[in-house]
Amino acid sequence: MKFQSPQTVDDAIAMLAADTNARVLAGGTDLLVRLRSGHISPSAIVDIKHISGMRDITQEDTPEGSGWRIGAAVSCAEMGEHAGLVAAYPGVVEGAELIGSTQVQGRCTMVGNLCNAGPAGDSVPAMVAAGALIRVAGPNGTRDVPVLDIPVAPGKTSLTEGEFVTSVFLPARPDNASDAYLRFIPRTEMDIAVVGCAVNLTLDAQGTVTAASMSLGAVGPKVKQVDASAIVGSTCDDASLDALAAAATEAATPIDDKRGTIAFRKDVSGVLAKRAAKIAYTRAKGASA
Amino acid sequence: MSRIHVNTTVNGDAVDYLCEAEDTLLDVLRDTLDLTGSKEGCASGDCGACSVLVDGRLVCSCLVLGAEAEGRTVETIEGMAEGDTLHPLQKNFINKAALQCGICTPGILVAAKNLLEKNPDPSEEEVRYWLAGNLCRCTGYDKIIRAVLDTAAEMRGAA
Ligand SMILES: Cc1cc2nc3c(=O)[nH]c(=O)nc-3n(C[C@H](O)[C@H](O)[C@H](O)COP(=O)(O)OP(=O)(O)OC[C@H]3O[C@@H](n4cnc5c(N)ncnc54)[C@H](O)[C@@H]3O)c2cc1C
Ligand code: FES
Ligand code: FES
Repeated sequence: MKFQSPQTVDDAIAMLAADTNARVLAGGTDLLVRLRSGHISPSAIVDIKHISGMRDITQEDTPEGSGWRIGAAVSCAEMGEHAGLVAAYPGVVEGAELIGSTQVQGRCTMVGNLCNAGPAGDSVPAMVAAGALIRVAGPNGTRDVPVLDIPVAPGKTSLTEGEFVTSVFLPARPDNASDAYLRFIPRTEMDIAVVGCAVNLTLDAQGTVTAASMSLGAVGPKVKQVDASAIVGSTCDDASLDALAAAATEAATPIDDKRGTIAFRKDVSGVLAKRAAKIAYTRAKGASA
Repeated sequence: MSRIHVNTTVNGDAVDYLCEAEDTLLDVLRDTLDLTGSKEGCASGDCGACSVLVDGRLVCSCLVLGAEAEGRTVETIEGMAEGDTLHPLQKNFINKAALQCGICTPGILVAAKNLLEKNPDPSEEEVRYWLAGNLCRCTGYDKIIRAVLDTAAEMRGAA
C-alpha cells in the first residue's frame, strides 16, 4: 500500500484516477478501522488533509448563492468550535458532534460520514434537511449535487473513478429559520443511531412556519428525505406536530434487529420528528427575536 | 517496498522514523520509538487507551497513520511528568486510587489533561462526556471522575 498526500485538488484527482483501488483518507475513523480489520485492502491511501481549502469553514457570497462552505477535511470538533457556523446551523453541527467520542470528534468529518454511506450516519440527516450541496471534483471538472445523490446503497457511493468530495455547502437561511437533529440510542454516548431525525424550518414574523423539511436516518438502506408539509402554515401546535409524527412513522422503512424492532423504530421516528421540530421552532423564534 | 520517512515532533523532541503505509501512529510509538505508555486496547477507536495529542487535538493513535504525523506535533503520556515531578493529575490518580490494572490510565490522563487545559472548571457531567471514549474495565469510573474534578479544583487554587 502507498501513502500519498497531494497538495492540490488536481493532484488528488490524478492519483485517484490512476489507481481505482486507491482510497481517500479524511479523518480515518471509518477507513482505518476497516483497513485494520482486513475488510478492505486498498493499493493506496490518498490523504486529502493537505489540500488547500480542505480544512476551512468559510462564509460565501457569490452570484450562485450565499451560505457556508465546509471543507471536506474539517473535523466535527472544529465545526463545534466555530461560533458562526454553530449559530447559523445548530442542527447540522449537533449531528456532526454526536459522532463518536472526543477522540473520534478530533478526526471525523461530515464528508467521511456521508461517503461511508451507512444508513445511520449522524451528520447526514441534518445536511439533507438543510438542502446542502456536495461539491464533487473529478477528471471531468466540478459538480454540485444534493446530499442524497452521494450514497446509493449501504457502503456504496455514486462517485466515479477519480472523483472525490471537496466540500459541503449549506445555503444561507433567513434569520427566523433554524434546525435540529436528534437520535435515539440505548445509552448516552458512543453508539449507533437506532433512529435519527433532522428538521429544518423557516418562520414568518408571526411565527408561522413558511417552509419545512425533514430527514430520517437508520430507518432504511439510506437516509431519507420525508415530506414535512404537515407543519407548514402552522405554529407547530400539537395537531400539526402529530401530523408530522404520523408522516415520519409512515415514511420509515426500518429493519428488525436486536437494536430495535420495526414497530419501535417507526414509533420513535414519529417521536423524534415531533421533538426535533419543537426544538427547531424554538430556535427559529429565538433567532428572529 | 520502500518505507516512508517521517519527520515529526514527539513530546517536544524532533524525531524521525521509517514506517510502512499501513502502520498506525500507535504502532510507531510503541514498536519503533519504544514509547509503550500508549496502550492498544481495541485498535478500533472504541477504548481510548491509545489517546495522544496531535497538533494539540485529542485523538486515538490507533486511528492515525504513522505517515500522517509528518510535520505535526505529537504529545504522549511520556511527556506528562516533568522529570521526576508528576503532573497533578498523575499524583491524584495514585493518591485517590483512580486506577487498578492501569491499562486505561495513560489514555485517560492524556485526555483529562487536555480537558483541563480547555476547561479548568468542568462540571462532573462535562468530565464524564469528555471521557466517554475512554473505557475502564476495573474502576467503575467514579474514582477517575473524582480524581479529575479534585485535580481541577487543586489546579485552580494553585493558579
Ligand atoms: C469509536 C467510533 C465511534 C463512532 N461513532 C459514530 C457515531 O456515533 N455516529 C456515526 O455516524 N458514525 C460513528 N462512527 C463512524 C465514523 O466516525 C464516521 O462515519 C465519520 O464521520 C467518518 O469520517 P472520517 O473523516 O473519519 O472518514 P474516513 O474514515 O476518512 O472515510 C470514510 C469513508 O469515506 C471515504 N471518504 C472520506 N472522505 C472522502 C471524500 N472527501 N471524498 C470521497 N470519499 C471520501 C473514505 O475513502 C472512506 O471510504 C464512529 C467510529 C468510531 C471508530
Ligand atoms: S486502542 Fe485505540 S481506541 Fe482502543
Ligand atoms: S484500571 Fe484497569 S482498565 Fe481502567
